[in-house]
Amino acid sequence: MATFRASQVVPSPAEDSERLRKAFVGLGTNERAIISILAHRNAAQRRRIRETYQETYGEDLFKSLDKEISGDFERAVLLWTMDPAERDALLANEAATKWYPGNRVLVEIACTRSAGELLSAKKAYQARYKRSLEEVVAAHIKGDFRKDISRSKLHISLVPMVVLLLFPLVSCHRYEGPEVNVALAKSEAKILHEAISDKVYNHEEIIRILGTRSKAQLVVTFNQYNDEFGNPINKDLKHDPKDEFLATLRAIVRCIFCPERYFEKVVRLAIEGLGTDENALTRIIATRAEVDLQLIKEIYAKRNSKQLDQAISNDASGDYEAFLLELLGHEEN
Amino acid sequence: MAEECEELTRALSGLGGLGLEEKSVAAAMGRWRRRPEMLDQFRRSFGGLFKGDDGSFERVDMDYIHLLEFELARFKNLMLQWLMHPWERDARWAHHAIHKGDSPTVLVEIACTRTPVELLGARKAYCSLFHRSLEEDVAYHISGSHSYFLVLLVSSYRYDGPNVNEEMAKLEAKVLHNAIHKAAAKGSLLSEEVLRILTTRSKPHLRETFKFYKQLFGKFIEEDLIKVPYIIETVESINSAPAYFCKVIDAALKDGVDQDSKEALTRVIVSRSNIDMLEIKGEYLKKHGTKLEDELQKFSRGVYRDALLSLVAGNE
Repeated sequence: MATFRASQVVPSPAEDSERLRKAFVGLGTNERAIISILAHRNAAQRRRIRETYQETYGEDLFKSLDKEISGDFERAVLLWTMDPAERDALLANEAATKWYPGNRVLVEIACTRSAGELLSAKKAYQARYKRSLEEVVAAHIKGDFRKDISRSKLHISLVPMVVLLLFPLVSCHRYEGPEVNVALAKSEAKILHEAISDKVYNHEEIIRILGTRSKAQLVVTFNQYNDEFGNPINKDLKHDPKDEFLATLRAIVRCIFCPERYFEKVVRLAIEGLGTDENALTRIIATRAEVDLQLIKEIYAKRNSKQLDQAISNDASGDYEAFLLELLGHEEN
Repeated sequence: MAEECEELTRALSGLGGLGLEEKSVAAAMGRWRRRPEMLDQFRRSFGGLFKGDDGSFERVDMDYIHLLEFELARFKNLMLQWLMHPWERDARWAHHAIHKGDSPTVLVEIACTRTPVELLGARKAYCSLFHRSLEEDVAYHISGSHSYFLVLLVSSYRYDGPNVNEEMAKLEAKVLHNAIHKAAAKGSLLSEEVLRILTTRSKPHLRETFKFYKQLFGKFIEEDLIKVPYIIETVESINSAPAYFCKVIDAALKDGVDQDSKEALTRVIVSRSNIDMLEIKGEYLKKHGTKLEDELQKFSRGVYRDALLSLVAGNE
């Protein structure tokens, strides 16, 4: 369930463009206006505003915004205002070209979007960056995880584990339908269990199963795993908390099996403790406000005994905070 | 009389050449109406199709009948394939290759000669036809040391535009050369870099890279990778789809080849008739000095021949 609320009465894109333009003109910027308009328009409406603004004023709305606002607030507004496909393309590009161990954004995009959404993102990527996402992922992400390979039975030598995993994740066009084969799920749960408990991780099979099976099929497989072996698969994958490959596998499982809980965790880690990971916070809120942010809020409240809005208020400030809270479903002014 | 028998024998000869002369058979039926002794004589004379039973009558040889069924079905298969949407066609050919044991080179063909959009369409069609993704089926069913290469090939969604970074292409030619020779020492040719470059870079980029490879190192890259299954098909079909298809057609028109290779003729003609048939004909002429249409005329029969020629002709 989304937290995003469109305005009851939506002004025309021309009116919105005009109000935004007025917010930019002159000394200073009327951030309130920017927030109150953009935070309450859905993707189609935002697209129309951008088009109208461009036609009317001869400038890309994003360029104008870039001149007027900055920092975390700007990033949040930009990410939110973009088309979901463009947004995912941008996030994927950042993740792929500036990857570091522990970066889960590619897993997030590849596993929580539908096959159709992932495809749109990849098309948008090609249009914007003039190459394919797959080739960038394959070329840029070099793992220093070759030391893990000596423990593996991998046929393909010299392949960094994480690339071997991230690449199929991003490339595969999974079957999207509801048909599942329970017998197959049982047998693949067994394969996964053997691969994991060997602790020598038959990577090929793990990667094949997690990287190509449909989400419906995997959900049944994970349930079978739990029923048959008494532990949820992620518990068994916690064997070595420092291992990047295992951590990536756990993220994949979570994103497929219970995405809202995955997102809650990202948000929680972003705000707890000293300092805030604004990038992560912005990313989750901007990408999920129109999808399942309500569910994420509920999970957060249950787990942390306080409201997400409150937690964000404590951590973020100014226009950035105000914008996030609007997306979280605060009443319109 | 003997001539008529000979003619019918020829028409029903499923060996050497593709298809059957349906019209001749229909004509013979007309000629021999009310003259059953003609057909009796034919049965006695055509030892391949008919076997003496125990002296009382000549029964058909079922093996030969199977052969005839294949040949009769050739037009039917061509027709069905022609009617289908290209995505469904590709999905069904892929499914056949995976599940009915056809050669996996069909997968390489589809992955490397279709545009990224067509390949993706085939993958989507596969999902809706078979309730599984093509990727998962290839990963699950195809085994062997380089099956991973096939999975990567069919999963690719290459950049579709013409932009090529020449510097990068030159660099990657060197990277490839390095990787191949280092890996050869360790016994496995398909290292990470080779896989990455071959299965993710755009086709224009790869063509430049292959050119640089030959320029810088004096050998064609497929020569250096010759031990890897499917690598030759991959490089050839990326370099020039029409030249690759020309080879497939050549193989189909040889005497005594298996059914897979013969079926390939239908597949190539149907799938390329709207795309690069002109170029394929050009390649064929360059290679053999004869026109493809003439060879098809010689080598195929009946309605099947007519259909092939319709799909191949035109646009001179």
